[in-house]
Amino acid sequence: MPLINHNGVWAIYRTEMARALRTVWQSIATPVITTALYFVVFGGAIGSHMQQIGGVDYGAFIVPGLIMLTLLTQSISNASIAIYFPKFTGTIFEILSAPLSAFEAVLAYVGAAATKSVAIGLIILLTATFFVKVEILHPFWMIAFLLLTSITFSLFGFIIGIWARNFEQLAIIPSLVVTPLTFLGGAFYSIDMLPQPWRTLSLFNPVVYLVSGFRWSFHGVGDVSVAASLGFTAGFMVLCLAVLWWMFRTGYRLKP
Amino acid sequence: MPSILSIAGVEKHYRSGLTALGGIDLEVGRGEIFALLGPNGAGKTTLISIICGTVTMTSGSVTVSGHDIVKDFRAARATIGLVPQEIAIDIFSTVWNTVRFSRGLFGRPPDPAYIEELLRDLSLWEKRDSRIIELSGGMKRRVMIAKALSHEPELLFLDEPTAGVDVNLRRDMWALVRKLRDKGVTIVLTTHYIEEAEEMADRVGVIDRGRILLVEDTAALMKKFGKRRLKLTLQHPMTAIPAELADWPLELQAEGHQLLYTFDANAESTGIPGLLRRLGELGIDFKDLDSERSSLEDIFIRLVERT
Repeated sequence: MPLINHNGVWAIYRTEMARALRTVWQSIATPVITTALYFVVFGGAIGSHMQQIGGVDYGAFIVPGLIMLTLLTQSISNASIAIYFPKFTGTIFEILSAPLSAFEAVLAYVGAAATKSVAIGLIILLTATFFVKVEILHPFWMIAFLLLTSITFSLFGFIIGIWARNFEQLAIIPSLVVTPLTFLGGAFYSIDMLPQPWRTLSLFNPVVYLVSGFRWSFHGVGDVSVAASLGFTAGFMVLCLAVLWWMFRTGYRLKP
Repeated sequence: MPSILSIAGVEKHYRSGLTALGGIDLEVGRGEIFALLGPNGAGKTTLISIICGTVTMTSGSVTVSGHDIVKDFRAARATIGLVPQEIAIDIFSTVWNTVRFSRGLFGRPPDPAYIEELLRDLSLWEKRDSRIIELSGGMKRRVMIAKALSHEPELLFLDEPTAGVDVNLRRDMWALVRKLRDKGVTIVLTTHYIEEAEEMADRVGVIDRGRILLVEDTAALMKKFGKRRLKLTLQHPMTAIPAELADWPLELQAEGHQLLYTFDANAESTGIPGLLRRLGELGIDFKDLDSERSSLEDIFIRLVERT
């Protein structure tokens, strides 16, 4: 027996990617159109009346935040549906009865979800270049943040997918927690622009750290330090891994 | 026969307090067809689910081909195929893709030639590019079997393989089971039809309320419990059984309209010809006759009576 069931991991990864490719135009058109709308409204209509933020044009300023917004929602929805749907239809029995460790199952599902998110993130970046001049000061870190965020929030989505007992629960965390936090996380403004106590309260919003670090990789300035951004994202990833480890060990909502 | 499946002291208690399995010990030999016979809710599916890894057992141990299903789950599960009771396949996938997926999932490298043979055997080859959603219920069940066999398992579980299946598919299924046995595959099937167990299995285990009541060779079980009944519907009702018929254990039923004769199906002579002759001599006419085998229900009643 090989140490890793690479055929098994590849079978899931490939099937998950094929599922996305079946609706490829939909998967691409949605983020492209949404981003274009944001640029028309915020970049063109409103942005032309706004001053620069930290020496950056408003149109360019919102690019990292917009990518982050989509990255978070896409990662969570991709990964949560990927595991919730087999649970809902009963096909999960095959995954559970396969010679596949929890690590391998997570690797395959989360890997596929994160791959899709990264692809969409890059598509949005490309779309943005049609509207504003995008400069990336730290391309290596930009990619690193892109990957790290996609993986971390795909893990988070995977947890939601295992936890959810119905479609309402599947939608409740993304719509009630993640979307508000993303909007208040400084995607469209610098938290320095907020009056107190909102500025201090914002420091408790995890999304602030993600957007800030990502923005730093583009423009060289962020709301919080890069170390804090990286530390937070990595910390959240470790937390998600720990929860998943516990879920698989106890069979939580997977095995009676 | 060396055993391929060893189950020792397996218990399953749910947190709700329900005991699904109350200590199961069972050995299944390599290459045999074993039928797990029991009513709904007896614990058949729970036991199979534990062996396959979709349900966690409370205590006990199981080995498959010598591999512990918990400690050495990779090696154990790689040799197991499972066809569950319910049809569960990704309905948007094609037949070919879903079978190929299963093979990969169980760790085997691609083998298009083998999958082609499998699909041809199951009369699925023409449908290989159809999506599951377009298939009939019987075809979907065939796909479930193809998926379970995709990685060439040594031990195949068929959970209620013929429940809700038409005559054609049932016959195909039985033919397939025999073909697999000839190839050396061990088959464990669950059923609540005694005819099915009798038709297919080398050995039968009777399970009820989470316990194995007995394990026997099918032939021996039928001998022990295989009572048959002859039912005669009379032209004219009787008030009592004539003394001339005392040689046969008869019962009068349906207000004297029916005569019931119970006999041992395995005895050298059934006594039927003699009975019919005597009835003729006595001028007792009957308009219908019907014979039936003792049902699983009867077997259970008798088992429970004994224990």
